[in-house]
Amino acid sequence: MRSLVTVILSVLLLSCNKVTDTLIPQSGNWVDTVYPIVSEKKMQLIDAGSYKTFFGKDSGSFVQVKSFYLDETPVTNKEYLSFLKKNPQWTRSQVLRLLADTGYLHNWQGDYEMPANAAPDAPVTNISWYAARAYAKSVGKRLPTIDEWEFVGAADQVSKNASDKPEFVDYIVKSLLKRMMYLKPVKQEAANFYGIYDMYGMVWEWTEDFSAVMITGDSRDDKNANEGLFCAGSAATTQDLKNYAAFARFAMRGSVRANYCINNLGFRCAKNIVE
Amino acid sequence: MLKKSILFVCASLMWISCNSKKETIIPPDSVYNLKSEWENQHGKKMFLADLKDKTVVLVMIYTSCQTACPILTAQMGQIAKRVGPVDPEKVKYVLVSIDPEHDDPKRMREYLKTNKFTGKEWLFLRGSEDHTRELANALAVKYKEISPIDFSHSNIITVFNKNGTMAFQKEGLAIDVDGTVEEVKKQLTK
Repeated sequence: MRSLVTVILSVLLLSCNKVTDTLIPQSGNWVDTVYPIVSEKKMQLIDAGSYKTFFGKDSGSFVQVKSFYLDETPVTNKEYLSFLKKNPQWTRSQVLRLLADTGYLHNWQGDYEMPANAAPDAPVTNISWYAARAYAKSVGKRLPTIDEWEFVGAADQVSKNASDKPEFVDYIVKSLLKRMMYLKPVKQEAANFYGIYDMYGMVWEWTEDFSAVMITGDSRDDKNANEGLFCAGSAATTQDLKNYAAFARFAMRGSVRANYCINNLGFRCAKNIVE
Repeated sequence: MLKKSILFVCASLMWISCNSKKETIIPPDSVYNLKSEWENQHGKKMFLADLKDKTVVLVMIYTSCQTACPILTAQMGQIAKRVGPVDPEKVKYVLVSIDPEHDDPKRMREYLKTNKFTGKEWLFLRGSEDHTRELANALAVKYKEISPIDFSHSNIITVFNKNGTMAFQKEGLAIDVDGTVEEVKKQLTK
């Protein structure tokens, strides 16, 4: 009797596969739609300007950045939870592997339970680029570009461009050494010139075009490989330290894939200015 | 008795799930989960999932590229040639533009024609900048606009199985396409 049932089961399984093989659906059943949520997040206006790029083909040249809005702080656990409640397809148990690796929200206690060891107002981390993008869409925003992020990141508390100030460079390099800051609430330090918090020292942040950074394995074949990027060994002048800090950010961007979820990688959103 | 009834329940459940979820066949790591809309060389709209049940060889290039793309394109031709004539319903060679702004259907058609990619197995797609970035990221293809007509990009040819899961990737401009050809042949026997 048992074997008969087994046979039936196998037949069912086989027929199941057969049925599915012959069907040509337009797409899978995973919900791609992002449902909007209300966000009270404060944004700051960033006036247009230009910044000097750190490396790459256009290293040292000035890149123009248009005016835009940027979230005052990284998106927090609490904010991300409200997104999950409206968008269950992005919960830990429902998310597609294509869009987020197994580290996705692994520190959360459940689909709708925030991490035990991090503050509700701490930056949400362990989220993929796709997840960050979906969140941004749900609040009618987008991710900032590398240029936008770097442009704002050049400001200290009193000026738009502090990239040549030794003490600012020192501050950034030191911020790289801080540990476990992603467990603390945002706004750990004073805002920069634009009223933007936590650009350094809390989390790394996703950018829309992070994959434009080409310094990984394939760089020998890229026609515009960033030669010289790995050339270290020069004396630690201020200029080198500055490049070191920027290098760390670009190395991070160049080494991740869009479905990676990392403990200290979060994001904040940006928005175009509608005229 | 308990065991039997459990089995029975299992069987019924399977039967039910089988019937009600006929469309849950795209695996979680398939690119066919991306619902982006694309335009082919004939100006026709399509979804990536339309490629389902076919073995797909995909490369991301742009038509005005003077350096790496001609090599990648030549490699695609070589792969197709070595795989040999196959029912175009079973295999698709897909070029995806990373310069959707300039690569309109006319340019895509011309590019295919110039390269003698005239069979029905050849597709050239373009999508929005947003969707292009999304697909590139799923393939770990990196690219950057350097000037309005010039991009730098990684050189990757990807083979997908019938379900849209990545089966093989060849990185770099090395002439050797053996691995890719072998993989396509292997997929075609499945």
